[in-house]
Amino acid sequence: MTGATTDTALSPETRPLEPIAPSHRFVSDALDVVVRSIVPVLLALGAGAILLLALGRDPITFYSNVWKGGIQLTAWQDSAIRAAPLLLIAVGLVVVFRANIWNLGYNGQFLLGAALISGLGPHLVASEPRWLALLLLFLVAGGAGAAWTLVPALLKARYETNEIITTLMMSFIGVGVANILIKGPFQDPSVNIPQTRVLPLNKMLPSIPGTRIHIGVLVALAAALLVHFVLTRTSFGLRLQILGANPRAARHVGVKVPRLIVMSFLVSGLLVGLAAAADILGTWGYVRANWNPAYGDTVIPFVFLARLNALAVIPFVVFYAVLSTGGDLATQQASLSTDFLLVLVALILLFMTVIEYLGRRRALGASYLTPGLQQALRSPRLRRRTSA
Amino acid sequence: MSELLTRTFLTALISGGLIAGVSLMFTALGETISERAGVLNIGLEGMMLVGAYIGFVGAYYGHSFWVGFAAGIAGGAFASLFMVVLCVRLGLDQIVVGIAITLAGEGITSVLQDTQFGSTYPRLGAPPTVAIPVLSDIPVVGKSVFDQPLIVYLGLVAVGAVSWIFRRTNAGLNLRAAGEKPEALDAAGVSVVATRSYAALCTGAFAGLGGAYLSIVGAGTFTPFMTQGQGFMAIVIAMLARGKPLWVVLGSFLFGISLSVATALQLAGINISTDVVNLLPFIAIMVALVAFARRSYLPPALALPYVRGAR
Repeated sequence: MTGATTDTALSPETRPLEPIAPSHRFVSDALDVVVRSIVPVLLALGAGAILLLALGRDPITFYSNVWKGGIQLTAWQDSAIRAAPLLLIAVGLVVVFRANIWNLGYNGQFLLGAALISGLGPHLVASEPRWLALLLLFLVAGGAGAAWTLVPALLKARYETNEIITTLMMSFIGVGVANILIKGPFQDPSVNIPQTRVLPLNKMLPSIPGTRIHIGVLVALAAALLVHFVLTRTSFGLRLQILGANPRAARHVGVKVPRLIVMSFLVSGLLVGLAAAADILGTWGYVRANWNPAYGDTVIPFVFLARLNALAVIPFVVFYAVLSTGGDLATQQASLSTDFLLVLVALILLFMTVIEYLGRRRALGASYLTPGLQQALRSPRLRRRTSA
Repeated sequence: MSELLTRTFLTALISGGLIAGVSLMFTALGETISERAGVLNIGLEGMMLVGAYIGFVGAYYGHSFWVGFAAGIAGGAFASLFMVVLCVRLGLDQIVVGIAITLAGEGITSVLQDTQFGSTYPRLGAPPTVAIPVLSDIPVVGKSVFDQPLIVYLGLVAVGAVSWIFRRTNAGLNLRAAGEKPEALDAAGVSVVATRSYAALCTGAFAGLGGAYLSIVGAGTFTPFMTQGQGFMAIVIAMLARGKPLWVVLGSFLFGISLSVATALQLAGINISTDVVNLLPFIAIMVALVAFARRSYLPPALALPYVRGAR
C-alpha cells in the first residue's frame, strides 16, 4: 500500500470503499480459509498429544504410527478404500446441512442398505452378469437409504417435527432391523456366527488396474463432483441454500418448502445408501451382526470444516481416512481402544466452533469500526507502517 | 408353574423397568430444565456416559455409593460446562457442540475404561435398599417396586421439587422466560445468560446422576457405550412431556418398562428375538411422534443463542 499516507488525510466519506487491493483480498481470504479449516485440526491433534501423554503413551510414536499405517508403502491404498464410504456419506450430509436440515440417521440408513445388499448380493451376482448385478445392488442400497428418511422427512415437511429426534430414532430402528435381517433371512446357513453369505471375490467391485483400490472410490469422487455441480450451478442448489438461510424467505420467493425438504432428505439418504454399497461391494463382501462402523459420526466435523462444500469435503475426508486407517495400527500399538479416534474427532469439532466464534466476532466487531480502523485491525503490520 | 412364570416375569419386568426408568427419569428431568430455558442438549448421551464412568470410579475407589453418585453428578456437570461456555456464553451452535460432547463422552470413557479396567472388570455389590414398611409386603409387585435404593426416592422428591420450582418460584419463572421470550427476561433485568447457564449445569448434573445410577445400581460396572441411546430417548421424553416434570416420570417408566421387556420375556422362558424387543421403545417413540407430532411443544427460543439487541 503506497497510498497509506494520503489515505489517512482523507475523511472517511471520501475514502475508497475497498481499501484492500484485490490481490491482498485474495491472499487474506485464502489465509482465512486455511486458518479456519486447518487450525482446528492442528489444535485437536495437539490436544490429542497432551491426552496421550496424560494416558502415559508417547504421542510421537502414536502419530508416526498413524503415518506408517495410513500412508507409507501401500497403506495409502487402504486409506483410499476407506475414504470411499466416508466421502459418499459426507456428500450426503452436505446436501441436507445446506438446507439447515439435520439428518442424523445415517447409521440406520447405512446399515439397512448394507444388510439388504449383502443379503441379496450372493443371489444376484450368481444369476445376473456382474455389471448389472452390481448396478442393481447400488440402486437397492441407495433406495433403502432414501426410503428410511421418508418418515422423518414427511413429519418435518408436514408438521415441522424436529428431525434430529426422528432421524435418530429411525436410525436406532434401522440398525435393529438390519440385525434382524442378518440373523434371520440373510443368515449364512453354513456358519454358526450370525453373518451373511460372503460375496465371491471375483464378483465384487473391480479394482483400478495396478492397485487394490476398487472403483467405488471413483463412484464416490464422481458423486462429490456431481453434487457440487448441482448445489452450485442449478436452481435446486440455490433453493436449498435459500431454505437453509431463511425458511420464511424461501416460502416468500415461492419455493415449495415441504417438497424441497423431502427431496433433500431423499438425496441424502440415497447417498448414504450408496456409501453402504461401495463399502460392502468393494471392501467387505459380507456383513456380520452388530457391525456398526458409524462412519457418519466421525465424518460430521469434516463436513463443517469444508464449509458444506462438496468439493472441499474431499481433502478432509482423505485426511480422516488416513487418520483412521493409520489410527487402527497406532491405537493397537499403544494398546489403546480405537475409540480414542472418537475423542480426536470431538476435539476437532470443539476447536472448530471456537475458531469460528473468534472469526465471527472479528467480522462482527469490524463492521462497527471506521474503515481506517477496520483495516488496521485486519492487518497489524499495516498499522505499524502507517503510524511510523 | 404358570403362576411362577408370571411372578418371575413381572418381577423382572418391573425391576428392570425401574432401573432403566430411573436413569431415564433423571436425565429427562435434566433435559426438561434446560429445554425450558431454551438450551437443547444433544450431548446428553455423552454427559450420561461421563457420569456413569466417573460415578462408577467414585463408588469403586470411594467404597461408597454416595461418593459414586456425587462423582457422577460432578462428572455430568463438568461435561455440561462445555455446553455452558461454548453455547450459552459464546452463542455457538448447540447441535454441533452437542454432537461433539456425545462423541467425546463415548470416546474418552471407552478409552479410560479400556486402560483402567480393561483386564480386571471389577464389579460393585448390590446397593442397600430401603423398604417402605406396609407397601413392600404387597405380593409380587411390592418387593420390586417399594424396596429401592434411597436415591430413587430422592429422585422422586427431586421431580416434585422441580415441578414446584417451575410453577411457584421466581427462579422457575425466569427459567421459562429464558426459553419463551428471552428479550422479556432481559428487559426485566435478569441475565438470560446466567439463567441458561444454571439450567444447563443442572441438566449435566441430572444426566450424570442418571448415568451413575445406570452404572452403579443398574449394572454394577461400567461398560463402554452402556447408555445405548438412552440420552436421545430422554430428549424425546422431555419433548413429549412438554416441560411437565410429572409427565417426565410417567414417560420414563413407560419407556423403561419397554426396555426391560426383552429380559423379562427371556426369564419367563418365552423365546423371542431380543433384536425385535429392543426395537420396541424406539418404535413406540416414533408412533408417539407421528401421533402427537402436532401437539408436542417446544419453547420458541429453543436452540437459539441469545444476543442482546439482535433481531
